This record gives sequence, structure tokens and C-alpha cells, in this order.
Amino acid sequence: MELDQDQLRERTRPGRPPAERTIVAEDASGIVDISELSGRELGSTMTLSMGPQHPSTHGVLRLELELDGEVVLSTKPDIGYLHTGMEKLMESKKYLSNICITDRMDYLNPMGNNLGYVLAVEKLLQLEIPPRAQCIRVLMCELQRIASHLVWIGTHALDVGAMSVFFYAFDEREKILNMFEDVCGGRMTPSYFRVGGMFQDLPAGFDAKVRRFLSEFPAALDAFDTLLTGNRIFRNRLQGVGVISAEDAISWGITGPSLRGSGVAHDLRRAEPYCGYELYDFDIPTFPEGDVWARYQVRRQEFRESLKIVLQCVDKMPSGPIKADNDKVVLPDRDDMKTHMDALIHHFLIAADGFKVPEGEVYLAIEGSKGELGYYIVSDGSERPFRCHVRGPSFVNLSAMPDMVKGSLIADVVAVIGSIDIVLGEIDR
Amino acid sequence: MAKAPSAEDIAALRERFSEAIVGVREGLGEVSAYVAPAFLLEVCRYLRDEPRYQFNLLSDLTGVDLGLDQEPRFEVVYHLYSIPLGHRLRLKAQLPSEGPSIDSVTPIWKTANWHERETFDMFGIVFEGHPDLRRILTPDEFQWHPLRKDFPVRGYDDF
Repeated sequence: MELDQDQLRERTRPGRPPAERTIVAEDASGIVDISELSGRELGSTMTLSMGPQHPSTHGVLRLELELDGEVVLSTKPDIGYLHTGMEKLMESKKYLSNICITDRMDYLNPMGNNLGYVLAVEKLLQLEIPPRAQCIRVLMCELQRIASHLVWIGTHALDVGAMSVFFYAFDEREKILNMFEDVCGGRMTPSYFRVGGMFQDLPAGFDAKVRRFLSEFPAALDAFDTLLTGNRIFRNRLQGVGVISAEDAISWGITGPSLRGSGVAHDLRRAEPYCGYELYDFDIPTFPEGDVWARYQVRRQEFRESLKIVLQCVDKMPSGPIKADNDKVVLPDRDDMKTHMDALIHHFLIAADGFKVPEGEVYLAIEGSKGELGYYIVSDGSERPFRCHVRGPSFVNLSAMPDMVKGSLIADVVAVIGSIDIVLGEIDR
Repeated sequence: MAKAPSAEDIAALRERFSEAIVGVREGLGEVSAYVAPAFLLEVCRYLRDEPRYQFNLLSDLTGVDLGLDQEPRFEVVYHLYSIPLGHRLRLKAQLPSEGPSIDSVTPIWKTANWHERETFDMFGIVFEGHPDLRRILTPDEFQWHPLRKDFPVRGYDDF
């Protein structure tokens, strides 16, 4: 049966308007097979607004997808829905108060945010941090990395259709948040770090709690492997999707597990050790494929690397002070304030007036759970930062997303978003 | 901790670009090189491609408003990092208070795209040659550039 153009169009693309175009090719019978033509040539592409309330966009991210059928031609991320002007706010608050603001950026990695900020201020002040405080910081950040990756594995699996993992992952995360509650009272936004040290020492019996978690958690990891890693459906959804080469990844500024999933063994804990990370024994997992599956594999193995670091922390936790020896910057202990007049005066002055930070500028980057988390602080010598800029890994990694999903199916978009592990609080700040 | 390029590397860079690099400042183990805006692209491309520097990762790009009474008032700050060599360098370009504008480095590092959009949004600094210079964090109809020092922390009531 011979079909004319309109019939052909109706058959292959029902209900679509006729294309405004010139004929590209004609066969002997004079009929153009329009199924060979792209949606752009036919003028039949569709623009789909995904989000900002879409559950797979991990917060309030809106994507403007240009679709040809199910194929993504281009993507425009629209961000800023959570913009709260944190950088502006930080210019008006004292150095100590700003710690609470950093918690609220990447709310899945608040300990890491605290750390990057206090390290930058401490570098400006040139403070010496006692070993016990450094070890507690590493311990907290690695537990936080595990907690952050747990949210990632749960939501990533949920996005591609495996629901039960989410509940197991959040169950494990709850144990970590309970530990955070024990050390400082906060769960999501702990604000446990202070310029010069920690807010308070670890509570009695904390060591045993961490060890119990260390003994229980590998079983959960094995369960994730059973549910996901060995699952053929999950594997097929992830393999070969959202590929980005190492060269492109670096040009796009991708860092963290997403970069290591493109085969670049770059980790700031190894490249620019801070808090004594050079003293710990851990590996940097890398996978060369650059697809969603490789990024999944990297984070899956990072669970075990973080566990290794946590174990080393509790094994060799040094004793000693948890704050630097500097009365002008570091808040005194509560007990000292009740017995020592000078401690009370120092506390009042630091809390009321803040402390002055010498003039200068610093860019300090740490390996957050999602990549390079950098703080650029400019000080004019006053008690408030003149400028504080946060280089958030989610912001940069998301900017590369349109490149990763170009030409893939719309169902793969959610897999790619899950694999770069974004938090909108940090993207929008 | 971050490692800065060696003193010889900095000296060689100053020699190579005697006109473009107008000053170098060191502090707290970090090096800032001040670049004349007209030569920015040339210097950046050299720093990325030259085997001695290999700054293949643009870590961060942002702006600073030095204050209403300052001239030049704005600074664009580039934090470069080299993954193979592990060193960091800060580049700075100073721009005037009236119509601040500078070349976009998106042809050199793709990641500059969103960073430059953010800097445009926050400071009103225009990046020439940027493929898609729109506001990114604030709404499209927003009229101000909030990280400028003359913008109040609480914003304006009529928005």
C-alpha cells in the first residue's frame, strides 16, 4: 500500500501538525519517509518542564527538556528556587555565627561544610589545632560522608524504580544521625565545629557506639549489593548511560566521586591533605567508564573506604584538648566560666563583639561528599568576612548534566541526576 | 594543604607575560597574580596548555566588590588547579565601577559557564563572548545585583 505524506505522518506521529520544512529527500515514488527525519526537522519536538516539584529532581530543580519523542535533544536546568542569599548574609554576620549558615547549604553534608569554613578561617588566623580535635573532625566528616552517600544510594535507587533500598538506607543513616545527636544535640544541622576546635568533647560511651555501627554496617552494604549491584534490571538501567569522558569532566570542573567515575584518581584528601588525612590509610576507588554505573560503583566502594578511616579514628583517637590555645578566638569551657573570671570575660567578648581576623584572603578546598567544597574568604581585618564565596560541588557538577544526558532517553535523565548526587540547598545557596 | 607554584614558575610566568601580569601578591602560602583584563584569555590558555603549569581545572570563579569608593571597584577572581601537578594559582582581574566587563573564559574551561552567569547575576559584571549570559539564581525580572556592597542585606520591599 502506498501512503501519501500526510498519511505517513499520521501513522508515525499521530496527532502532530504538518511540518514546516522543505523536502529533504525523495525516493523514486516521490514519497519521503518522514520516520527517517528528526523531530527538529519535522518541527515536532516537545518542550517538557520537569520540576520544580518533581520527586526525581532532588529538591527544587526545574529542567527544561527539549524532546523528540522520548529522546532528549537539549536540557536547560533552571535553578535558584532555594536562593536565600547566604553569601550576602555571611558578610553581615560574625565569623562564629556563619558556621550555622554553612550547615544549611549542603544539608546532607553539614559536618563537611563546617569543616571547610572553619579551616579557611583558621588559616587566616593561623591557628594550631590540637590532634584530638583534628581526629574528631575526620571521624565526623567520614561518618557524614557515609550518611550522605546513604541518602544518595536510597534516592538514586528510588529514582530508577527500586523502592525498598531507600528504607534500608535511611534506617542506617538514622544510626549516624543519632550519633551526631549524642555529640552535639543536632542531627541535620549539627554546627558541631568551632573556629579553633570543637564545640564540646565526645560524650562517654561514644567509642562503643561507633564500634557497634562499624560492626553492623557492612551487613547493610552487603544487602545493598544484593538488592542493587547484582540486580540485572538496575545494572541495565545504569550501564552506558550519561557517559562523560575524563577530559570533558575536568573541563566541566566535575570533582569528587563523579570525577573518579570517569577514571581520574583525584581526591583532595590525598592531593591536599588537611586535618591529618595523610596519616590515614585508605584507597581512592576509580572506574574508567564514565557512565552512571561507574559513578555508582565509586560511591559504593567509598562506603567501605570511609569505614576504614572511621575505624582508624576510633583506634588511635588521641587524648588532649579539643580547642586551640587562644583565649581571644576560642570560646572557653562552660566549667571554666563558672569558676574563672577571665574565662567569663573572654566568653562575653567573643560572643558579643566577635573576634577580628587579620586582613588577607584564602581559598581552602576540602573533599566534601560530592566533590571539591571550596571556601574563598576575603577579610578586611574586621570581625565579619568582607566576602565569603562557596564553591559548591553540586553547583558545578549539575552544570555538566546537560552534556551527559544529550541524546539519551527521558527515563535516563533521572538516573543521571541521581548519579551526580546534587543538593539544591548548596546549588542555590 | 594547598601548594602554590614554585617561585621560579611565577618568575617565568611574569617574564613570559611582562605586560599582562601587572602584579603578584603572596600570602598564607597562596599566590595571586593580577592580570590586565585585555590579556586574560591569552594568559589563561597558556596556563592551561603549558606543560610547566597544566592548570586543567578551573576550581572556582567569582567576583568581589571592593567597595563603592574604590576604583577599580570590581575584581574577578579565578582559582586554578592542576590535577597532574597539584598546585593552585589565583588570578585576579580588576574592573572599573562603570560598565565592568571582561572576556569569558568558557572557551578554555567549560565550567566557567555557570560561574560567570552567577558572577553576572550577583555583581553585574558582563562576560564578553559568553554563550548564554542570563541570570541564574535570582528571578529574570530582578533588577539589582545583590552582592554589590550598595545592595542592602534585607533587599528592597518592593520586590
